[in-house]
Amino acid sequence: MSGEVEFELRDLRVRNGAKDILKGVDLVLRRGETHALMGPNGSGKSTLANVIMGHPDYAVTGGDLLFRSQSLLGLAPEERAKRGVFLAFQYPVAVPGVSVARFLKAAVEAVRGKTTGAGSFLKGVREQMKSLEMSEAFLDRGLNDGFSGGEKKRLEILQMLLLKPALGVLDETDSGLDIDALRIVAEGVNRLRGPDLTLLVITHYERLLTLIKPDHLHVLMEGRIVFSGGPEAVKNLEQHGYDWIRGQVGAEAVA
Amino acid sequence: MSGALQTDSKLVQDYRYGFVTDIAEDAVPKGLNEDIVRLISAKKGEPAWMTEWRLKAFRHWQTLKEPHWARAEYPPIDYQDIRYYSAPRQSAKPGEVDPELAKTFEKLGVPLHERGALAGIAVDAVFDSVSVATTQCERLKKLGIIFCSMSEALREHGDLVRRYLGSVVPPTDNFYAALNSAVFTDGSFCFIPRGVRCPVELSTYFRINAIRTGQFERTLIVAEPESYVSYIEGCTAPARDENQLHAAIVELVALDGAQIKYSTVQNWFAGDAGGKGGIYNFVTKRGHCRGARSHISWTQVEVGAAITWKYPSVILEGADSVGEFYSVAFTNNKMQADTGTKMIHLGPRTRSTIVSKGISGGQSANTYRGLVKVLPQAAGARNHTCCDSMLLGPHCSANTFPVIESRNATAVTEHEATTSRISEEQLFYLRSRGLDEETATALIVHGFCKEVLKELPLEFAVEAVKLLELKLEHSVG
Ligand SMILES: Nc1ncnc2c1ncn2[C@@H]1O[C@H](COP(=O)(O)OP(=O)(O)OP(=O)(O)O)[C@@H](O)[C@H]1O
Ligand SMILES: [Mg+2]
Repeated sequence: MSGEVEFELRDLRVRNGAKDILKGVDLVLRRGETHALMGPNGSGKSTLANVIMGHPDYAVTGGDLLFRSQSLLGLAPEERAKRGVFLAFQYPVAVPGVSVARFLKAAVEAVRGKTTGAGSFLKGVREQMKSLEMSEAFLDRGLNDGFSGGEKKRLEILQMLLLKPALGVLDETDSGLDIDALRIVAEGVNRLRGPDLTLLVITHYERLLTLIKPDHLHVLMEGRIVFSGGPEAVKNLEQHGYDWIRGQVGAEAVA
Repeated sequence: MSGALQTDSKLVQDYRYGFVTDIAEDAVPKGLNEDIVRLISAKKGEPAWMTEWRLKAFRHWQTLKEPHWARAEYPPIDYQDIRYYSAPRQSAKPGEVDPELAKTFEKLGVPLHERGALAGIAVDAVFDSVSVATTQCERLKKLGIIFCSMSEALREHGDLVRRYLGSVVPPTDNFYAALNSAVFTDGSFCFIPRGVRCPVELSTYFRINAIRTGQFERTLIVAEPESYVSYIEGCTAPARDENQLHAAIVELVALDGAQIKYSTVQNWFAGDAGGKGGIYNFVTKRGHCRGARSHISWTQVEVGAAITWKYPSVILEGADSVGEFYSVAFTNNKMQADTGTKMIHLGPRTRSTIVSKGISGGQSANTYRGLVKVLPQAAGARNHTCCDSMLLGPHCSANTFPVIESRNATAVTEHEATTSRISEEQLFYLRSRGLDEETATALIVHGFCKEVLKELPLEFAVEAVKLLELKLEHSVG
């Protein structure tokens, strides 16, 4: 692939509290590509996702994040969202008392920068909900309040379908989904895929990657990308675990 | 006289009700003595018994000391430096509203002409010490409902008023109740006859305009057996750098099977960011479920006033009667709110619910104070209390003082309380969806208050939400 570079991490270093979590991450995503990111628990995947979205708790101590050649550093999360960055959270938080319908409308209006009529908005939402096999009853419920793990994940993807981002980061969207839900959600994501959507898919399992086929695979270990290659490498990972990578890159690289 | 005075534009900032109406006022001299009490009574053309009633209250007040147990700090109030009566000189014909006043209320969103947008609401508009207009009276009259100013009620329905006035909050109840009983000027009287369901919301809008004037209104609502009424109270005052005293009394009486729903949105001027100016809101509100199966609910959204000191309460005397208290109290800057409720269970199987949501920002102090008292004869009484506090910043405080006194072993009381800082994770989640910090905070706070806001009549709830959002705009960051 040789499209334009859509998103780039350059020697990104991130600290949370007293702990250095990302220790120099380089990554290049070209427009329209889908990249998978794997790595053991605690290796820094969610940290990376949160930093892309601008979480205030994470301090970028070095390097840069460039979206369409412009640095995202210094931009508030809402500014990033308006530019087309979207994060489907690993653990979406509940906001009791705020109905899903109200939240979705506020989000869509904020990202598009204009108000939408309630009628046409709801029509659009209902269609997308139907495609994700979500009951309309969710619209009146408190945001993620009492939602099951899988329901939360579906709602994340519903938001992505409505907000139509340019850069989507999916943080373990597959965890918590049952077999049917996984297929439905992946189909939803695939409908959105195209030359204008660049994706970073964080997962632990091959299964999701057979449904959302990546162009590239990266492995993050202890805050560094230790492997970048073709998607076929995922098979080896499934079979041999991360020891396979450790063997490939040599012990000193991940020490 | 108020026309000469301009409001301080720095004070007004985001308080869009902070303007002054330029109208001549007919006022009594400052200070308080028996002559002033007589003068107020005479100005209102009251019957002799009322004048005596006031004087008795005044004499009692003189024996009382100003209470200071609430968690509020303020310089001493000079009761001789307050004007106790100030009425706009109306230039209109009898039966019509002075155009200047009509304009004022229009600006406040309370149209007084009968063709007004608020078709579902009858309004009594009180400007300083007097009621200037009451809408929809004729329509209500056909149903036997009396909805008029307290002054008119004393003249036209003296016996009825006499039977109930002070029967829930006696003049001797407390310092401010005694003061109010002596000098109260206007307010609303509502009487719903047996079996009638009031078809519109009854509402009083209180406006303080004149300088250095206290507002001492008095509202009395009587619901006869099997009747229903929903009543709304709203209030604003100009933004001034002085403190003004507002000491009101509200009495509710619900007879057998009657239901009274009382909603308040309190938006008195709260003072500037440094704590200068604002209204002292010292109010006694109490309902009496006198009859079996009667039901009284208080819903309040308190977003204004420099100091608030009020505990809308219910005396649950009738068997199976129900009392409810739903409250949102928002404080910011240097505001101080000490509010809550008392549920006094006298009758068997009486039930009460308390939901209190306190939100504090700036350097404000927000206190919930509640008393649930179950007396020996209240077998099977139940109470559920839930009070949650949310802190928007590091310099504000929230306190809860819930007291439960149960003297009947069959009574069940439950209490839940939480205090939390506004969650960073919630804010980040909403911001990652394009909402700025203010909007995200407003949404979280709105969600936090939802349980209370849903108790408000619909149109009013919309207003309350807008008001909350407006208040929140300057409390973030
Ligand atoms: N505030 C903090 N202080 C110290 N360590 C932290 C803090 N926040 C996160 N960490 C640590 O940073 C590391 C990376 O966490 P992160 O959530 O990014 O991992 P992950 O790769 O997403 O893991 P998983 O696969 O389990 O989701 C973990 O070891 C975590 O404990
Ligand atoms: Mg993670």
